[in-house]
Amino acid sequence: MPAATRARWAVIAATSLALVVTGCSSSKSSGGGTNSAGVVTAWWGDPQNPLEPANTNEVNGGAVLNMIFTGLITYDPKTSAANNANADSITSTDQQNWTVKLKPGWKFSDGTPVTASSYVDAWNYGALVTNKQVNASFFGYIDGFNDVAPTSGAPKAQTMSGLKVIDDNTFTVALSQKFSTWPQTLGYSAYYPLPKTFFSNHAGYLNQPIGNGPYEISSWTRSQKMQLRPNPQYSGTIKPQNGGIDLKVYTDTNAAYADLQSGNLDVDNGVPNSALKTIQGDLNGRYINQPAGIIQTISFPLYQADWNTDNAKLVRQGISMAIDRATITKVVFTSTRTPATEWTSPVLGAAGGYQAGICGDACNYDPAKAKALIQQGGGIPGGQLTISYNADGPHKEWVDATCNSINNALGNTTACVGRPVGTFADFRNQITSKQMTGAFRTGWQMDYPLIQDFLQPVYTTDGSSNDSHYSNQQFDALVSQANAQPNPTDSVKDFQTAEKMLATDMPAIPLWYQNGTAGWSDKVSNVMLDPFSVPVYTSITVK
Amino acid sequence: MGRYVLRRLLQMIPVFIGTTFLIFVMVHALGDPVNALFGDKAPDPAIAAQIRAQYNLNDPLWLQYVKYMGNLFRWNFGTTFSGQSVTSLLATAYPATLKLTAVAFTIEVVFGIGFGLISGLRRGGMADNSVLILTLVVISIPTFVTGYVLQYLIGVKWGILPATAGDPLTLQSLLLPGIVLASVSLAYVARLTRTTVAENSKADYVRTATAKGLPRRRVVINHLLRNSLIPVVTFLGTDLGALMGGALVTERIFNIHGVGFYLYQGIVRQNSNTVVGFVTILVIVFLAANLLVDLLYAVLDPRIRYA
Repeated sequence: MPAATRARWAVIAATSLALVVTGCSSSKSSGGGTNSAGVVTAWWGDPQNPLEPANTNEVNGGAVLNMIFTGLITYDPKTSAANNANADSITSTDQQNWTVKLKPGWKFSDGTPVTASSYVDAWNYGALVTNKQVNASFFGYIDGFNDVAPTSGAPKAQTMSGLKVIDDNTFTVALSQKFSTWPQTLGYSAYYPLPKTFFSNHAGYLNQPIGNGPYEISSWTRSQKMQLRPNPQYSGTIKPQNGGIDLKVYTDTNAAYADLQSGNLDVDNGVPNSALKTIQGDLNGRYINQPAGIIQTISFPLYQADWNTDNAKLVRQGISMAIDRATITKVVFTSTRTPATEWTSPVLGAAGGYQAGICGDACNYDPAKAKALIQQGGGIPGGQLTISYNADGPHKEWVDATCNSINNALGNTTACVGRPVGTFADFRNQITSKQMTGAFRTGWQMDYPLIQDFLQPVYTTDGSSNDSHYSNQQFDALVSQANAQPNPTDSVKDFQTAEKMLATDMPAIPLWYQNGTAGWSDKVSNVMLDPFSVPVYTSITVK
Repeated sequence: MGRYVLRRLLQMIPVFIGTTFLIFVMVHALGDPVNALFGDKAPDPAIAAQIRAQYNLNDPLWLQYVKYMGNLFRWNFGTTFSGQSVTSLLATAYPATLKLTAVAFTIEVVFGIGFGLISGLRRGGMADNSVLILTLVVISIPTFVTGYVLQYLIGVKWGILPATAGDPLTLQSLLLPGIVLASVSLAYVARLTRTTVAENSKADYVRTATAKGLPRRRVVINHLLRNSLIPVVTFLGTDLGALMGGALVTERIFNIHGVGFYLYQGIVRQNSNTVVGFVTILVIVFLAANLLVDLLYAVLDPRIRYA
């Protein structure tokens, strides 16, 4: 998923004017107890793609799919642990060939049963290149993926050879490599099952998607609002504690915040930056701010000769040490970022592979040592460091602050400058077509809470999102070894050994973990954010 | 008159083609939109190629434009990346913006001309000075500042009117955005009316009408105001189009899902179908409003004739 931070209107800066005058929020008397039929109104944005599980990679579409589908496994919103949901068991003897058994009797909200074919057909649909699903690469570990999605030309097969239906509640999956934590990836939306009607009446399905999750869509006015109500056919254990969710599309996060303050909106997880300074008082503490599975980094173009030397490693370490993360997160981000000390996220927990401080001294602010390291490495290649960012997102402030911090450390006011690129699309274009000559901002939002997801796609040689084109055979070997470990603890250890190499090679400088934030009205309680910074809608109660 | 209208309509064709082509080029100058669909991830090249083919993005720009215009004449505005037809977006967005514009336009006409008339008739008086000062204040503050301040005070703090216009749009919820949208134009209309009324009140025909013994009411409404309105109508006509475009900012502040919202989203997601489709309709509105203004002159001023 892309980082949720997309373009914000430039006028936001001016709104602080309107919000400086902090008003006391009106306190209505509540009757006590909860109303299980009460409907929660929640902030929403227009999904970017059609609501197909394998075609949704951003938070707005993802939030809905998460409510109307329950996959093989779900992630605990507090611990990020993967628990079986629709799956009864997912087993393997060799970490490569997997047998998935479903809990029998589950139904989609249209009454049709959830069977092994619901999964196999959905995954084959998602992988087939002619279906143009943006999440197709998630099926890349399954045998036969290259036949349905060749790099060029027409597909050689319509289905993946690695997927076999055994009976109504069992199917087997053959992977192209050993991958011991593969079952824990299956909570991602791309792996949801699909009902028969998805294939027989596709256009109708897209107007009103049908799933097997705790909610069903009762009405959807495109680009305006969506009403979700508890799904009577739902067989899982995570039952909604409210009478439904009304998602309301907002043109602007400031408009949503005004609605939240005036009592027209219950849950707002799109809090505008301009409101952060006053939000505690505005909402009487009804505000949550916790790390999410998103890390922001600065990557380097290792495909440029002058950045791909041993000396450049020292320079990159030096640059990392010149960044005063603590001050920037506090001042620029109003503490909605947490300084990073490694390359994953605290939401993984110690068992999941998060270990603070893997980056070591290289991520500690030490301007004197930073200057020495950069000089030892022969100075910044090209004489000046540029940090590229997309100007349609809220990045200018922190890039300028970061550059300031570097410039102060080096005692040179022009050592580092920000380089804005007009749009996000153009910015991504320049990165994927290897046109970057200096550093550039990168963000990674986890797809599933696994250390593997933070390292393999981003830093292995053929990684699908290896924007800096970092290549270290030892690192690759350790990742493969970690994936083959049958025991999760050993697997995590190998990943951490691999991660330690990043501290020396520094292909990307970890900056900070992005927090999820949400405010809520006095009409609701039990508002939590999951590790993906999406509200846990099922648990919200209405007073 | 008929020939004149026909000539004007024919002139619209090159203007229409020129503007749509310019918009088309500008949206494409932003770069390839497909990468953004994959977020911070590198796109799968095979799938990116398929999506490009679907939206004709591999063709040269002029061919894309020709294909787009070809579809347009069959009333096919294309689809967005989320699979919605742009026609359906137009059908939901334009009514919302029209409602907002209608509210704003009414406020602008009624209060603009009203204030202008009062201050024009009582030049130098208390009313005149307060109108001048108030309009100066309104003109010098940007719309989004007025918008956010009024939203906070009236919508959030005092709760007099809804802070945002919800769905469905009610007259009550459109009042606040309407005032914000109308404010700057209203100030101009008031000042324009004031000047022309002040000028014309010394004109010969007004003196004649008064000398004939006509009641003051008739003199002001039928003679003075009617003649003074000619420049105001010109302004109002062009402003109607500007209001629809200017609604972009107001719509964002007050969460109205109108033209501004879709245009903004279309630009951010670089969906040329949405942007060009919406601008095409905006261009038509502008052209029609201009024609209407020119025809209105003849109604207001009998000396103007179109052959």
